[in-house]
Amino acid sequence: MTSTVPAITARGVTVAYGARVIQRDLNFTVQRGDIFIIMGGSGCGKSSLLRVLMGLTRPAAGSICYGDRDLWGCSPAERNSIMRTTGVMFQSGALWTSRTLAENVALPLERYTNLSPADIQELARLKLALVGLAGFENFYPSEISGGMKKRAGLARALALDPEIVYFDEPSAGLDPVSSARLDELIIQLRDTLGMTVVVVTHELDSIFTIASNSVFLDAQTKTMAATGDPHRLIKNGPEAVVEFLTRGRSRHGEPK
Amino acid sequence: MKTAMQPDFRLSVDNARILVDISGDWRRQTVETHDKGSAQQLIQAAERGFDSYRDAACIEIHADRLDGWDSLLLAACLEIIRKAQARQISVSYAHLPEGMVRMLDMAVAVPPKDQQGTRTAPGFFELIGSKLTACPAIIQNLLEFIGDLAASIGRFLRGKASLSSRDLWNIFRECGADALPIVTLTCILLGLILAFVSSMQLKLFGAEIYIASLVSVSMTRVMGPVLTGIVLAGRTGASFAAVLGSMQVNEEIDALTGFGISPMDFLVLPRVLGMAVMTPLLTLYADIAGIAGGFLVGVLMLGVSPTAYMDNTLEFLKLSYMWIGLLHALVFGFIISMCGCYQGIRCGRNASAVGRATTTAVVSSIVGIIVSTSIITIIFTIIDI
Repeated sequence: MTSTVPAITARGVTVAYGARVIQRDLNFTVQRGDIFIIMGGSGCGKSSLLRVLMGLTRPAAGSICYGDRDLWGCSPAERNSIMRTTGVMFQSGALWTSRTLAENVALPLERYTNLSPADIQELARLKLALVGLAGFENFYPSEISGGMKKRAGLARALALDPEIVYFDEPSAGLDPVSSARLDELIIQLRDTLGMTVVVVTHELDSIFTIASNSVFLDAQTKTMAATGDPHRLIKNGPEAVVEFLTRGRSRHGEPK
Repeated sequence: MKTAMQPDFRLSVDNARILVDISGDWRRQTVETHDKGSAQQLIQAAERGFDSYRDAACIEIHADRLDGWDSLLLAACLEIIRKAQARQISVSYAHLPEGMVRMLDMAVAVPPKDQQGTRTAPGFFELIGSKLTACPAIIQNLLEFIGDLAASIGRFLRGKASLSSRDLWNIFRECGADALPIVTLTCILLGLILAFVSSMQLKLFGAEIYIASLVSVSMTRVMGPVLTGIVLAGRTGASFAAVLGSMQVNEEIDALTGFGISPMDFLVLPRVLGMAVMTPLLTLYADIAGIAGGFLVGVLMLGVSPTAYMDNTLEFLKLSYMWIGLLHALVFGFIISMCGCYQGIRCGRNASAVGRATTTAVVSSIVGIIVSTSIITIIFTIIDI
């Protein structure tokens, strides 16, 4: 019944820090089951937009709707309940450092479910196994590598079986192989669990592997240059987008 | 094998053109060992050239006999180019080695307009003005924090706050039991000091026995709570600010908010509650330690008999003094934990911001302790307790 309503609708969103506008007048929709990429050059405001979408900072103007609920137009309690339908994998994992990996995954479950402690343990073990961290349940975040922290962060993001998962620069700091594995994992999450995925990235390989839709933020004009499937944008998008997607080679001949 | 020539340069003029001829080895290691040919001399020579040939329209930099170069020479050339451009003199550096030309091209290229840094250091008055205009925002933030905390305490009293009991017990232990050794040490010593210093005066009247009441009254009423407060500000307040600050840097607080878990309930509330409970308890303990310190001096050094010492203590010590001391402690507990948590939660996202937050937390708690002690003392003097 709600399948025709987009998962996320952004209308006229302006992202600003005080008087400094980062991006203005952003309009895009994320459909259910999309793998939606927020792309653009360094410093164009991708991560700031992500914080606004996640509900961590209030946009300076415009609205963000999850389904038909307005994230910033509803009560704090309802905003909290919307935020619980999303999971976030932060750039560096952002694990709670005073807790073990299993406790990190278990905390949201303890908070929002009535499961028995034993069930919560099982679930935490399962989520960690899903991201390839079986056996690391009792390790503390400081004892594992950066890539593992990211995966543990993903396990925690999946704790409450969210409808939407956000990834902030998933491939940053990962070697090409781990990065490709993470891309596979993202596609699997969408295909098997039916999640909607929003990814902030500027990695072209990853964009063309996973994307079904995207928005391109332009650092120069401080607004979006285009929205759509990057596979189509590379052929008939605006010049700035084509240049980005072809690694700046569009004017010097065929892209790779 | 040809030995590298020492760095050198010559300036000449030809038809409104200034020619700079750079020769020798201009690598930093060589330049450092020679008097002539420092980068500054080269720049100054070029400037003198500009000044003496005012009709020069062009400067050419040559380096046909250059043996070696690095970024030092590059920096000198760039400076000459900038100075020339400022005087509307055109520059030709195409005769330099190819690598230098390419790097100079990159350095001279003008960045796109909106990427140019436009930030200039603020002047004195601008600095004062910006600090003043920031004040209302700081006060607003502080009031918001206190309001949020009050709402959070309200939720806790109605049993709705989402704090974890494990965290609460950890904090009880950290700011209570773990602080016992340092509180013991400082408060016994404070009792000793009070007894010694007052005995010097009281001896003059042969009234050493009153050391007992002096130590016990001053410890329970003010000194116990104040010293405990200062120890806890340095110990626990600093750790609150540092822990919450690094959680902010590491996006852990965002991760909590992302799950709809209020950082106020989950992180700040247990710390404030922990300190509100533990500071009075530690103060009681500190009072006893201080009185014990005074007892040691009185009995062992001044020859007061133990029973006389205890009698004198109990004769002058009123229960109300203890309550006043505990009130101090309760207020200090709130001040220390709130300063620590406020600074930590509002910490910026870098390592030096954590350091600043910690310093500010400790300084503001100690100032808060002294100021609130004065206020409480004045109030109780007026109502005469």
